[in-house]
Amino acid sequence: MPRKSEVLQMDDVGIEVDEDLSDSDDGAPQRRGNRRPAAGRGGAKGRGRGKKPASEDEEDEEEDEAPRGRRGANRKKPAKKRGGKDDDDEDESEDEAPKRKRGGAANKRRGGKAQDSDEEDSDDGKGKKGKKGGGKKGGKEEESKGKKGDAKGKDKGKDKGKDKEDDKDKKKKKKKKDDSSSSSNSDSDEEEESMSEGEMGRLMEEVEEKKKLITTIRNKPWRMKRRLTHLREAQQFVDKFEGALGKGKGRKWYAYKVMMTKKWIKFQRDFENFRTACIPWERKIKDVESHFGSSVASYFIFLRWMYGMNLVLFGFTFGLVVIPEVLMGLPYGSIPRKTVPKADQPTAQDYSVLMDFNGYCKYSVLFYGFYNDQRTIGLLKFRLPLSYLMVGIGSFGYSLMVVIRTMAKNADVGGGDGEEGEFTFAWKMFTSWDYLIGNSETADNKYASITTSFKESIVDEQENQKDENIHLRRFLRVMANFMILCSLGGSGYLIYFVVKRSQEFANRTDLSWYEKNELELIMSLLGLVCPPLFETIAELEDYHPRIALKWQLGRIFALFLGNLYTFLFALFDEVNNKLAQEDSIRNASLWALKEYHANMTRLINDSSITPPPMDPGDVIRGPCWETAVGIEFVKLTVSDIQVTYLTILIGDFARAVIVRFLNYCWCWDLEAGFPSYGEFDISGNVLGLVFNQGMIWMGAFYAPGLVGINVLRLLSSMYYQCWAVMATNVPHERVFKASKSNNFYMGLLLLILFLSLLPVVYTIMTLPPSFDCGPFSGKPKMFDVIMETIDLDLPAFLGTLFSYAANPGLIIPAVLLMVLAIYYLNSVSEAYMNSNMELKKKMQMARDEEKNRRNNTDSTNQVMKDLEDLLPSGSPAALVPPPQPENPPELEARPTRTKPGRGVNLQKDVTLASPNPNAQRPVSRPPGPRGAGPGPGPGPGPGRGRGQRGPPEITTWGNPRPRQDVFTPKTVSVSSFQENVFEDDAPSGLY
Amino acid sequence: MNAFTVRAVNMTVRGRVMLLYMIHTHVSLRVQCVIHVPSAFGCTVQLFNKLTHVFFSLQDCTFFTRKEILRLHGRYHELAPHLVPMDYTKEPDCNVPLALIVNMPELKENPFRNRIVESFSEDGMGNLSFNEFVDMFSVLSEMAPRELKAIYAFKIYDFNVDNYLCKEDLEKTLNRLTKEELTPEEVELVCEKAIEEADLDGDSKLSFADFENMISRAPDFLSTFHIRI
Repeated sequence: MPRKSEVLQMDDVGIEVDEDLSDSDDGAPQRRGNRRPAAGRGGAKGRGRGKKPASEDEEDEEEDEAPRGRRGANRKKPAKKRGGKDDDDEDESEDEAPKRKRGGAANKRRGGKAQDSDEEDSDDGKGKKGKKGGGKKGGKEEESKGKKGDAKGKDKGKDKGKDKEDDKDKKKKKKKKDDSSSSSNSDSDEEEESMSEGEMGRLMEEVEEKKKLITTIRNKPWRMKRRLTHLREAQQFVDKFEGALGKGKGRKWYAYKVMMTKKWIKFQRDFENFRTACIPWERKIKDVESHFGSSVASYFIFLRWMYGMNLVLFGFTFGLVVIPEVLMGLPYGSIPRKTVPKADQPTAQDYSVLMDFNGYCKYSVLFYGFYNDQRTIGLLKFRLPLSYLMVGIGSFGYSLMVVIRTMAKNADVGGGDGEEGEFTFAWKMFTSWDYLIGNSETADNKYASITTSFKESIVDEQENQKDENIHLRRFLRVMANFMILCSLGGSGYLIYFVVKRSQEFANRTDLSWYEKNELELIMSLLGLVCPPLFETIAELEDYHPRIALKWQLGRIFALFLGNLYTFLFALFDEVNNKLAQEDSIRNASLWALKEYHANMTRLINDSSITPPPMDPGDVIRGPCWETAVGIEFVKLTVSDIQVTYLTILIGDFARAVIVRFLNYCWCWDLEAGFPSYGEFDISGNVLGLVFNQGMIWMGAFYAPGLVGINVLRLLSSMYYQCWAVMATNVPHERVFKASKSNNFYMGLLLLILFLSLLPVVYTIMTLPPSFDCGPFSGKPKMFDVIMETIDLDLPAFLGTLFSYAANPGLIIPAVLLMVLAIYYLNSVSEAYMNSNMELKKKMQMARDEEKNRRNNTDSTNQVMKDLEDLLPSGSPAALVPPPQPENPPELEARPTRTKPGRGVNLQKDVTLASPNPNAQRPVSRPPGPRGAGPGPGPGPGPGRGRGQRGPPEITTWGNPRPRQDVFTPKTVSVSSFQENVFEDDAPSGLY
Repeated sequence: MNAFTVRAVNMTVRGRVMLLYMIHTHVSLRVQCVIHVPSAFGCTVQLFNKLTHVFFSLQDCTFFTRKEILRLHGRYHELAPHLVPMDYTKEPDCNVPLALIVNMPELKENPFRNRIVESFSEDGMGNLSFNEFVDMFSVLSEMAPRELKAIYAFKIYDFNVDNYLCKEDLEKTLNRLTKEELTPEEVELVCEKAIEEADLDGDSKLSFADFENMISRAPDFLSTFHIRI
């Protein structure tokens, strides 16, 4: 038919051009965009192209036939349907014609000038832009319309596969094209009125279907050629008939909105990219992860997180305390607290003194004692003491908030993908390669990381499968725990003993170097010896490495905690000593001052009080316990840094060098044998980091400079440890996956935070600050600075408000309320957890059901067919060109069946299927009932598909199980299958 | 396009330099150029029209904008300048062989590069026409929906083209992913586990339904099955 109508089609094209122009006038630029070239070329070109669609149609038909015979059969039906529903079609053609007429008439009116203008603005940028926006908007609109149309289609009972619909549409459209073109030549304007609502609706529906096809064609898994031909046809159809249908208003606004949405999404994506680009050391950590697994990487991620948090603390401390003091406070040497005492001045610059943070270090902004108690400093009237206290408390508040928030977020992530266990290996296999990778180094890393992650999963899997002697295991575990408790107790006693001794030593002056540093030495030794000991003992327990790591962490944590608290108690003793000492000094100095004043008044008889004319270095001063505490913490931190770095240098690097180079001249294989290379000690490093942070939190109040030191430490250790781990360590024997969330680390951190909060708050709230150093000097308690601010700077009513708020009568109910709220939230979360479990169970059930359903039906037929269609035409399946549409497809499809890798099940299917070619022939082209069929009747989709595709489809695509279920007895299968097919086709035949 | 090229070459040294640059970078740039000098090259406007017309239908069939398609054509031309004519208006019937395509920087490091190209070529041997070339990057683009990606992913991982992912396919996949660094036992275990996890109908190989069911729940399939060009 299309061939016959070539001439008519040429006319068609001509009209199309006109209509197109009218479109452009209507302000629907996207359609113009699609057709513009044709329009630009004008009628003559259009004529040239006129032939093309026809031939392409043919091509398309052939192509459609090629993959499956079903289509061929399908195609017959529309034709027959056309024959059967002749009158209906005539109606359609009649009502199409007027529309075309109308459009054509309208075009003619504007035709002349529009043609020129179109040609012109097709080249300028504005036109393009409009088209672009319009295209997008049009797409959206069409989509929504398409949905509507779809719904309608369903109402009408067109519940066949989408392909069929397309086919049918194509047929109809072709026919319409012919009809309409012929009728447009002959018909007159009077028929314009004869178009009824229903016909209009039908046409609209069809146009919308086409539009939907145009918008969704890119989502179809078809070969490009097929897509292009389909698209061309659909576009032609829409072009032709769309002019008859009204156009919506407010398109510009819509286009604008769509454009803005797109822009916004793009911006968001860019911003997200930028944000991720801002995260430092991503590549370093990926590098480590790819070689050592996620467990080692988790340490570095933790380190990075700590760095971020400390950076904020550093910002607060330096921005609000240290820098104001440096810029606006009194300079060094102006008052006693900012001057090195006369007696110390000769040695104040010695290296050893400075390394002990005495001398000039002690009287610097690094420590508490340097700060003055002036209420406001500088021109800005910066309230330094208040700011000092606020920053001290604020850092704790901020740290608590961040830690808890991170924990909550991690917990959320952990709960989010609870289903992870379901497809571990499959997902790893099919989604782990990142197709974006284009760099060979990255690719190598990715290979390594994929291998590592597979190994991790294998370890997990083997752990699950392990069959164990549970009694022996339990006994061993109890024994291991007993041993570890013993060693913990032993180390605790050792520390206690050493602390006692050091208190004795404190009163003596003739101490050797060892006796002076005994406590630190013992503690470092314990820290060095105990973790490996614990690890050795933990071998007995034979836990999964991930769980073993947690145990190890917990045990070492307990050990370190003992150390920490010993240290703290020793410190408190010292502080109490200093406080007593300070009392006497204060009394003495007060007395001296009084004497001095008495003398002055007696000698000069002047009541004006002037400070004694003394050099600030000569003034008698108290021990300033805060600075002493700060120095202790700084010393501890620095020695910790030294120990850590030296351990890495000796324990890992030197060992690696020795193993690597002495291996050439050694009796046994050093690399494989005894010393070997070191493994990265995750637990030790994590705990080192956690405890270091505890030190920072505790010491930061007394030594603001400590935060800066810590930031430097974290920064350097990131690079240092990254280098060390990559250069000197080997991956763990059993590379294991880090637990999903870092919450264990965070939990440890929270505990440490809490433990370090206690002593600081205790000192702030109870101990009196030194009388002659620090920002709170002269006040009975540190927090009095807040009271002072409230009294002096804030309006009076706020002061009363605070006093009310501090009333126990208010606080106790508030605490009660909080407890109740916690209780309530807790029970709510429990309820959620229960419902979560319930839902999971339901999902499991649903999945099982789905499995069953899959086994019994062939619902995914359509997609599979498309997929099959995509088989390369070079493969045997497509090499045989189907000479005739009714040729049953088993010839083409069979070769695929002989592919390797079949199960036994399939063999059965083959036997089931083989008789069917004979059986199918009569079915696929039934002489009687089929011929009468008006079109692709609304038979059940899968059933029809099965019937027409015949058995090869079963072997290629269907699930063997269901077939077996349906036709269990082999001998009966042929006939039953036949019957089945016939039944399926029957409805279409009866149509 | 050709007419334009010739004229431009005859023009000035600067024009020549410009042209070289354009050839080596983007076709789209050249088109821009044409737009800016319409009076000098009357015929080029029409060529441009034709060219874009061809690409318009491609634009509807893929997830690319016109500009991106033009750029893709530039890339395609770059692959085999002797095979592919610059002028695409006649939709020439040319195929670029697999060996040239897999050397693109976007694909060079991909362990499945041969499979990707083969899956998109109509003859199954990896020769890609321009349409198929665009199709490939369209499916692998960010905009393509999950369902479409899943279909082609299935095809890519289906090494022996039997529309099933059998153990053999999985082994090949795994060996390419890990550069054969796992021991045979480990490979065996992983393949078995993967099939066991995803196989719904118990035929010990993965049909597309199984695959789709599995991949539709994968959290990072969309973000990883994606090539930016």
